[in-house]
Amino acid sequence: MSEKLLMKGNEALAEASIRAGIDAYFGYPITPQSEILEYFSKWLPRKGIAFVQAESEVASINMVYGAGGCGKRVMTSTSSPGFSLMMEGVSYIACAEIPCVLVNVQRGGPGLGTIQPSQGDYFQATKGGGHGDYRMIVLAPNSVQEMADFPGLGFNLAEKYRMPVLILADGALGQMMEKVEFKEYKRWEADMSWATTGKTPDREANIITSLFIEPEVMEQVNLKLQAKYKKIEREVLEYEEYHTDDAEIVIVSYGISSRLSKKAVDLAREQGIKAGLLRPITLWPFPTKPISDLIEKGAKGFLSIELSAGQMIEDVRLASNGRVPVKHYGKMGGIIPAPEEIVDEIKKMMEEK
Amino acid sequence: MAKEKKYIEKDGQKFEVVWEKPKGLKDKPMHYCPGCAHGTLEKFIMEVLDEKDLKEKTIGVAPVGCSVFAYDYMNVDMHEAAHGRATAVATGISRVFPDHLVFTIQGDGDLAAIGTAETIHSCNRGENIIIFFVNNAIYGMTGGQMAPTTLGGQVTSSSPDGRNLATMGYPIKISDMVAMLPGTHYVTRVAFNNPTNSRKAKKAIEKAIDYSLEKKGTCLVEIVGNCPSGWKMTPLESYDWWEENMIPYYPLGVIKDKGVLVEKKGGK
Repeated sequence: MSEKLLMKGNEALAEASIRAGIDAYFGYPITPQSEILEYFSKWLPRKGIAFVQAESEVASINMVYGAGGCGKRVMTSTSSPGFSLMMEGVSYIACAEIPCVLVNVQRGGPGLGTIQPSQGDYFQATKGGGHGDYRMIVLAPNSVQEMADFPGLGFNLAEKYRMPVLILADGALGQMMEKVEFKEYKRWEADMSWATTGKTPDREANIITSLFIEPEVMEQVNLKLQAKYKKIEREVLEYEEYHTDDAEIVIVSYGISSRLSKKAVDLAREQGIKAGLLRPITLWPFPTKPISDLIEKGAKGFLSIELSAGQMIEDVRLASNGRVPVKHYGKMGGIIPAPEEIVDEIKKMMEEK
Repeated sequence: MAKEKKYIEKDGQKFEVVWEKPKGLKDKPMHYCPGCAHGTLEKFIMEVLDEKDLKEKTIGVAPVGCSVFAYDYMNVDMHEAAHGRATAVATGISRVFPDHLVFTIQGDGDLAAIGTAETIHSCNRGENIIIFFVNNAIYGMTGGQMAPTTLGGQVTSSSPDGRNLATMGYPIKISDMVAMLPGTHYVTRVAFNNPTNSRKAKKAIEKAIDYSLEKKGTCLVEIVGNCPSGWKMTPLESYDWWEENMIPYYPLGVIKDKGVLVEKKGGK
């Protein structure tokens, strides 16, 4: 049995990545994720693992593209404005089918915004962000424990499906300290024969590219990517349910706001309100069917709790498809609502229904 | 030492082999315009990799620009890269494969405009990569717009009245800039405008590869080139313009060679 440690989310994520066999990290300082970069800067060189503090996020994502194309386990981490800078590279990586783990410890935006936690990058994470038709698997931790669990899972998924996996955290998860246990890690076998390792006479040259100038070829590349994404939608889905069996109002919430929402469910239940929580753990693929199924079970409304103006609510609405009301409550600009405020919103929905 | 002569027979006649296509080049017609020097660079690089038997440990990077199709011709593992990002991609490769030979082929717009930050910082970190920088003073692939290295007064499709230095800035000598950085080991300017210069250019390519194998840091070989299509000239006219305008502003020769400096000082 492994021991329990008290760690910051950012540091737990970095330590877990080392335990999962990271081969290279490239990053640029930005609050509130700099502890990831600092942790790696201390430990990776001592272990003979590649570490570069790049000149920009533009450079770090392209270093990831290079090292990931060599079939190595590579990661970069940043916070919202830095992730915007990486979008070009992410699009290339998705098209060239390079496995890698990206981390966005979100802060309040838009613009330079604030360094406090936010969930304003949901659209960017799940709907593209960069150009072209591509997807990333998006993992949304809600505890320091999951900050430690997801890098290893992310590398496995990235290599299995040959694509970028994004860990979408926020400033609260990055900065807060909690108990964490580093579980035994199982690395999945993956075919890496496509990687550039130096051409040997027994094979053709391996080319890492996202350039397919003939439209007929580019169409085929797109169809192949879309087929892969459909497969992932069937095979990869993680979510957590809390008191949903008899719930009339179900909160849908991820990341740090799901922690507040869970507390709100408890408070509501103390007052005799049948509230529940569905927490998407993968934001893409999104738990559309589990949400839809809750309506069959008797859910009479959904409340999307997000630290944004309401972004995930669009996916909840698609899952509900007009059958029950879907409302949003959240704060922006780095403000976190109190669980009591969420209970008030639940009550309002109960009155309206 | 003279090489042993090689002969082939064709249609009952005996021919002496004076030149062969390097084995490292794929058997595919190049897309480069008539008179362009890009193909010559790729041929020379592959010749050296053949001669030194280095293809199995070489990974190349071809970013956006006319060089982006290099992987169609050079039969080694290669990465395409986004515009300007070649040296960042090469950094990633070199850091996980420190014993490999990693090179980029970049144009002037790529290396000296959109990728200036990546270029300067890769050189400043002394990444053990070779940058082959094709400077033809124009954006060739997009149809001949003004590049950072476009000469003063030069007419392009985005400087139709000639490059006005007062409003459009000066042609940038980026090789001289990176030569100032401690991370670069070897910086030189070559051209393929005549056989003598071409031979010198191949020597420079060889030298950069040798230094890189010895992990000396960043080597940059600037190929002062031409672009008949982008310059709106015939290949022959472009050769005249190349010699009369390009080479005087971008003079050929070694800008920095730490290896030689060390030898002169008589120690490491």
